[in-house]
Amino acid sequence: MTVANTPALEFECDTGNYHTFCPISCVAWLYQKIEDSFFLVIGTKTCGYFLQNAMGVMIFAEPRYAMAELEEGDISAKLNDYAELKRLCEQIKRDRNPSVIVWIGTCTTEIIKMDLEGLAPRLESEIGVPIVVARANGLDYAFTQGEDTVLAAMAHRCPTEAPKTEAEKEERNAITKLLNFGRKQEDVAQEESEYVDHPPLVLFGSVPDPVVTQITLELKRQGIKVSGWLPAKRYTELPVIAEGTYVAGINPFLSRTASTLMRRRKCKLIGAPFPIGPDGTRAWVEKICSVFGIEPKGLEEREAKIWESLEDYVKLIRGKSVYFMGDNLLEISLARFLVRCGMTVPEIGIPYMDKRYQAAELALLAKTCEEMGVPTPKITEKPDNYNQIQRILEIQPDLVITGMAHANPLEARGISTKWSVEFTFAQIHGFSNARDVLELVTRPLRRNENLKDLGWDKLVKEEATV
Amino acid sequence: MKLAYWMYAGPAHIGTLRIASSFKNVHAIMHAPLGDDYFNVMRSMLSRERDFTPVTASVVDRNVLARGSQEKVVDNITRKDREEQPDLIVLTPTCTSSILQEDLQNFVERAQLDAEGDVMLADVNHYRVNELQAADRTLQQIVEYYLKKAAKKGELPEGKTEKPSVNIIGITTLGFHNNHDATELRRLMGMLGIEVNALIPEGASVQALKNLPRAWFNLVPYREVGPATARYLEENFDMPSVDITPMGIVETARCIRAIQKILNAHGVDVDYESFIDDQTRFASQAAWFSRSIDCQNLTGKRCVVFGDSTHAAAITKVLAREMGIRVVMAGSYCKYDTDWFTEQVRDHCDEVFISEDNGAIADKIAQLEPAAIFGTQMERHVGKRLNIPCGVIAAPIHVQNFPVGYRPFLGYEGANQLVDLIYNSFTLGMEDHLLEIFGGHDTKEVITKTMSADSDLSWSKDGLTELNRIPGFVRGKVKRNTEKFARERGVSEITAEVLYAAKEAVGA
Repeated sequence: MTVANTPALEFECDTGNYHTFCPISCVAWLYQKIEDSFFLVIGTKTCGYFLQNAMGVMIFAEPRYAMAELEEGDISAKLNDYAELKRLCEQIKRDRNPSVIVWIGTCTTEIIKMDLEGLAPRLESEIGVPIVVARANGLDYAFTQGEDTVLAAMAHRCPTEAPKTEAEKEERNAITKLLNFGRKQEDVAQEESEYVDHPPLVLFGSVPDPVVTQITLELKRQGIKVSGWLPAKRYTELPVIAEGTYVAGINPFLSRTASTLMRRRKCKLIGAPFPIGPDGTRAWVEKICSVFGIEPKGLEEREAKIWESLEDYVKLIRGKSVYFMGDNLLEISLARFLVRCGMTVPEIGIPYMDKRYQAAELALLAKTCEEMGVPTPKITEKPDNYNQIQRILEIQPDLVITGMAHANPLEARGISTKWSVEFTFAQIHGFSNARDVLELVTRPLRRNENLKDLGWDKLVKEEATV
Repeated sequence: MKLAYWMYAGPAHIGTLRIASSFKNVHAIMHAPLGDDYFNVMRSMLSRERDFTPVTASVVDRNVLARGSQEKVVDNITRKDREEQPDLIVLTPTCTSSILQEDLQNFVERAQLDAEGDVMLADVNHYRVNELQAADRTLQQIVEYYLKKAAKKGELPEGKTEKPSVNIIGITTLGFHNNHDATELRRLMGMLGIEVNALIPEGASVQALKNLPRAWFNLVPYREVGPATARYLEENFDMPSVDITPMGIVETARCIRAIQKILNAHGVDVDYESFIDDQTRFASQAAWFSRSIDCQNLTGKRCVVFGDSTHAAAITKVLAREMGIRVVMAGSYCKYDTDWFTEQVRDHCDEVFISEDNGAIADKIAQLEPAAIFGTQMERHVGKRLNIPCGVIAAPIHVQNFPVGYRPFLGYEGANQLVDLIYNSFTLGMEDHLLEIFGGHDTKEVITKTMSADSDLSWSKDGLTELNRIPGFVRGKVKRNTEKFARERGVSEITAEVLYAAKEAVGA
């Protein structure tokens, strides 16, 4: 599918003056996902203060991440980077004994041109702990793209073939282990026959373990076996990726990871809409089936059933409008799902739009708008928050999906908002979690319903300038 | 390089932004990469601001890195000047601009040619000062700028106000209970017959700063933000200042006596002694509390205090001097202010501990095993882990430390609030202790027994694994729903698949 198929969509690019989280925030969810990792953010107090404030209480749970806080001596190169990093990494190895240390490069390491990629292999062999380098900085990336840089770096570390030692007869892969847990070998063999014979499929994108299970089971219903996930629960369980392995992305912000898998690991990318919402999930599963020549079974009924169970929420938002200010790259998929729910979308802001990686999703968005008979949204890349707020005040959408910086001020002006970051932390993938997405989307509207008779919509004195 | 998990004071630019966004109609433009504008999130969330935070970024990206900011900063300043017509735009450097070493002062001068409002560059260095020092410096810088401007234009007002008056200096946005303290100080000044000439920076207009010298004196309630401004006013306008934090009964009295001395030196004859006596003994409850049986029970209890200079020093004195509680350690993270802090608390505690390392402080607390902690949010969490109650007395703070109700720490009402905070911390500790001796609430087991029915269904291993991943507080409900679902369909073994099928069917 190419962009040529989606002539209806209008793309714009504004000034890039918008609010989003720094991409280093990815450590907050990745260190929890990859249980034997340690994330070391090499940056300044500014980075540290962001993590500490943005991640709130998580910081108190003895996190497996820390700042390597650069001081004046590091900036002016009075201190030796290698010696300094070695000292800190040895301390981390001593205190936490991780299976991998991920270095997160920041704006500062970019500007002073600290050669992290050069230092890592030397230090790795010296201290005996793998060191993965990801440059997740605010000069180049926004919010969730941080995960993309980490996974792209991890893709290089995936083994090309399963190690064949005696011990390995015991299943190593996290998912198979989970699915086969406690069963005898013959049961496993029997289970293998439940799958269609197809080339190995690896999924990429960090999602909570329950979602991993759900998605894996979803594909199993179609006879498709998931050979592994990037990332797995542990660094030591990274999936086998050989030439010709099929890969599919689960999140819309993973374009670097996708191109690394294609170009460097010679994988075949299945370009599909993302499994967000029942429509997206069905399209995603169907696309994978079609690549493997499988006739999907019962998907249509399954989607219909999910929609039926969502009706109480859908009727709250049908005919209402939603405006995405844009900060986490999930916007296109969420907008597509909400249009299918009957909402209209005047504008989708998005930090960065990879029209190739998101091609199938964009096509589905255009198709959905056509089928629902609503105008296609304007897609604004690198939005300008000031301009957007002028437009929001003018068109008065029923719901604005936005960052925390704007949520309270908009609410005070009588405009309902939903905090966008919640979508990155909630479980939103697959059929089962469609309800969770709508739970989030309808919350402000349900709140409004409860408070509607009070007459306190506007809580600022005059229309203050922005 | 320093391995750091947590920090007490933020980076310098946060201090500058706190000052700039406290003023009315002042806009700050950060020279920073994408994502560094999380100050807006903090302000909007912590203090629940209704208005858009007047801070934007002039984004530093790859292009800027390659070619310099060039016109970008100037354009952003003049654009903001046009859009919002602020009185002042403060260009705020960050750690990034510290290394790029672009000539920001030159950008400011060029932007000033086109801008209607004033434009200034905040004079702070990321690598030299922290949030608090930067806030102190920026406030002084803005005050100096407007006083010099007024002097140049010949607009400096002559003489003092008719009645005794004061400038209250250092009340800021995101400051610990600052808005309540401001109200309490205004009330206190009112009762003393002193007019508030200006309260800066919170809610103040920069255009009115030229009136600062009309006050008879300055009151600087906090050690961290304001002293530099007071010093400047003293040196250039011969204005005396009072820097005694009126926190606790004794210090409040000391502060009022210092004010009395200044006013009397100006030739008005005031005597606040009877006011102090009346407030102390009857209006405030704190002095009476110290005599009451409740407080007697606190005698000699051991506690640890940690926070910024102002609050840690004042609370240490209140605990030791006004309540007879033994402070086994008093500490501060304001390393740059070590001498002052040590001097203040030396006689009121067993040990002084100055550190920015939260791990070291946690270790210290674990060793000392106090009955209560008075600290920041970090110490509250240490207390949680060690099962020691903690009252929060200083930043860094969370949203619950921005209460909607009236909770000053300063003045006579502040003394009342402190009593509650301190007493509640200790009684909770005592209650906990008693529960432990008597084996806790013995009714718990009985209640759970009636609530959980024995299950006739079996759970497969993967089903149980998935169930255990569900957060504890809803797990029971999910378990019941799943079992109901399984029973209805005659499923005997509950696997992960059954669990999720049930979730879809029940919609929960």
